[in-house]
Amino acid sequence: MNDVAVVGFAQAPCVRRTHGTTNGVEMLVPIFAEVFEQTGLTKADIGFWCSGSSDYLAGRAFSFIAAVDAIGAFPPIHESHVEMDAAWALYEAWLKIRMGEVDTALVYGFGKASAGELRRVLSLQLDPYVMAPLWPDSIGIAGLQARLGMDAGLWSEKDLAEVAARSRRDATSNPFAQLSGDVEAARLLEEPLVADPLRAHDIAPVTDGAAVIVLASVERARDIVERPAVITGIEHRIDSPVLGARDLTRSPSTERAGLAVGARDVEIAELHAPFTHQELILRDALGFGDDVRINPSGGALTGNPMFSAGLTRIGEAARQILAGNASRTLGHATSGPALQQNLVAVLERG
Amino acid sequence: MLADKSRTCFTSVVTSAATETEQTPLSAPLNVGFDYTRSVGPVLGHFVNALRQRRIVGIRGSDGRVHVPPVEYDPHTAEALTEFADVADEGTVVSWSWAPEPLEGQPIQRPFAWALIRLDGADTALLHAVDAGSAAKMRTGMRVRVRWADEPVGHIRDIAYFLPVDAPPDDPAPTPPPPPVVEREEGSPVTTVVTPVHLSFEHSVSPEESRYLRGLAEGRLIAQRCPACGKVYIPPRGACPTDGVPTVEEVELPDTGIVTTFCIVNVPFLGQRIKPPYVAAYILLDGADIPFLHLVLGCEASEVRMGMRVRAAWKPRQEWSTTLENIAHFEPTGEPDAPYESYAHHL
Ligand SMILES: [Zn+2]
Repeated sequence: MNDVAVVGFAQAPCVRRTHGTTNGVEMLVPIFAEVFEQTGLTKADIGFWCSGSSDYLAGRAFSFIAAVDAIGAFPPIHESHVEMDAAWALYEAWLKIRMGEVDTALVYGFGKASAGELRRVLSLQLDPYVMAPLWPDSIGIAGLQARLGMDAGLWSEKDLAEVAARSRRDATSNPFAQLSGDVEAARLLEEPLVADPLRAHDIAPVTDGAAVIVLASVERARDIVERPAVITGIEHRIDSPVLGARDLTRSPSTERAGLAVGARDVEIAELHAPFTHQELILRDALGFGDDVRINPSGGALTGNPMFSAGLTRIGEAARQILAGNASRTLGHATSGPALQQNLVAVLERG
Repeated sequence: MLADKSRTCFTSVVTSAATETEQTPLSAPLNVGFDYTRSVGPVLGHFVNALRQRRIVGIRGSDGRVHVPPVEYDPHTAEALTEFADVADEGTVVSWSWAPEPLEGQPIQRPFAWALIRLDGADTALLHAVDAGSAAKMRTGMRVRVRWADEPVGHIRDIAYFLPVDAPPDDPAPTPPPPPVVEREEGSPVTTVVTPVHLSFEHSVSPEESRYLRGLAEGRLIAQRCPACGKVYIPPRGACPTDGVPTVEEVELPDTGIVTTFCIVNVPFLGQRIKPPYVAAYILLDGADIPFLHLVLGCEASEVRMGMRVRAAWKPRQEWSTTLENIAHFEPTGEPDAPYESYAHHL
């Protein structure tokens, strides 16, 4: 079966609010142009297109259909869509290339989270019988998870603030980040609790954004870029939707996905953690020691574009290889409440 | 996707914002709502029917543990579960978080706590709300008790919320309206639960569409030309579907054109504004490369045909705003029909 590599990555700036449409066209047109520039490919060279987005975020049925205008989708293209973070669209595209059906694919994700009330919209991904009718918001649920770890002595408020401070410092060198700055953890702890036990710095911002990745079979990849980022393993797993039955301080799905792809021994890991404590859960699940550099981009805590933040993590992990900064990296994506579903990809210099 | 749900309201009137400039895209509130109607099946059915009697039941898993709320299949063996077990309406807070500003639809409409609550007799925790008054009065391990809805209907919200056993607030908490109930025969069990879903958005149109809508408010039909293929689109596109680039060059079109294709609507439906039969048609304005949908009135429905020449019937000027509804409908001009070859590639 064909090995698959990332050969191009681009992202729209993470911003609190765009004037753009919920179909993302304004964000997508420039970043498609950017990856075509990076790879020398044209739209005619792409064998398969796959996207991740959500109608619930747009408030409109089939909202992803309008987004294909950004591709220039006439004459008809070979296209698919997942109602999840586009990291899962990347998985679908990876399969298409693995099976030899195509040898190039373009994956994109987009979301205008500012159009609605994000933390309320996200309630609708919960169990529709016993949870969603109560409208538990995403921040409330994350707070339950954070407190479980605090009560168990697994992490403290200070540990969480340190994650936030490091993320913001790292984001100062990321021109696409929404939040950044040189701030001490102690200073962050002086801020009030916004949703006890969470402070503002514990919660990823509401972000409008988009990202795109170009994949190619390894054979094609070598002609396209000097240092393709070969996906040596990719796996996704899911935990129970019953929040009260899970040990929320752990992420068994990440653990299993990590084991399947050989997550240890990476130099850099881009983890999709929309809340500070979730980074600690993920580091633990992947068995990382202090030698693994986490989220040099600043991560989702400094910009969390719904439905592309996970794809962006894989893109950032690939960029480190494409740019010659690392030879083995990891990208992680999450979807659903309290780290319910997790995808892990390991990338190596090809 | 939202498409397969029935809509009870959907408004998309585009209005100008007070602070707009010529360049700011137009935006407007967009409210979407529907009643989520679900059949409960034997396990959740047992659970909601017990709630209606102010009882809480869990289900015993293959390892003997009691799951509350009940699960249909064992999480470890995937075996179908059938052994129900009553649990108490009192229990212990396993974890909690504070909700200082309740959102629409949440169980308590004043500051409250979300909590995972392990009811006495249960081994898993139920997610619900606690009316404690303040975060200072919440703690892990505290005892809480159900406050039942005044009239249980067989829905998770029959548990209105939980109260601290030790120091409940003096007054009942404000709660959202009770969920609607499906009609059923007297005495028969609840088989369907209904949950209203309402979401509010601020919908924006693209800069290109904004120019078009602002033009309509002046009685002008503004199309835009794709810089790559030269095609003229009305409404203009955020990106040309052939080339993937935004349309930019402005083209003003006349209000005359032809019917490319049409259908005669004979069936009445919810929200219909005109009495059937009437004609909904694709109108290709002279100079445009894409037709749009509008009404053809002013003649018998049976007289409408492909290639028929039509002209816009505008509403009185004082009724104009940023909408294609400024054109009430299209009417036949009486000119000879356009030859098929002239529009065949626009079908
Ligand atoms: Zn074009």
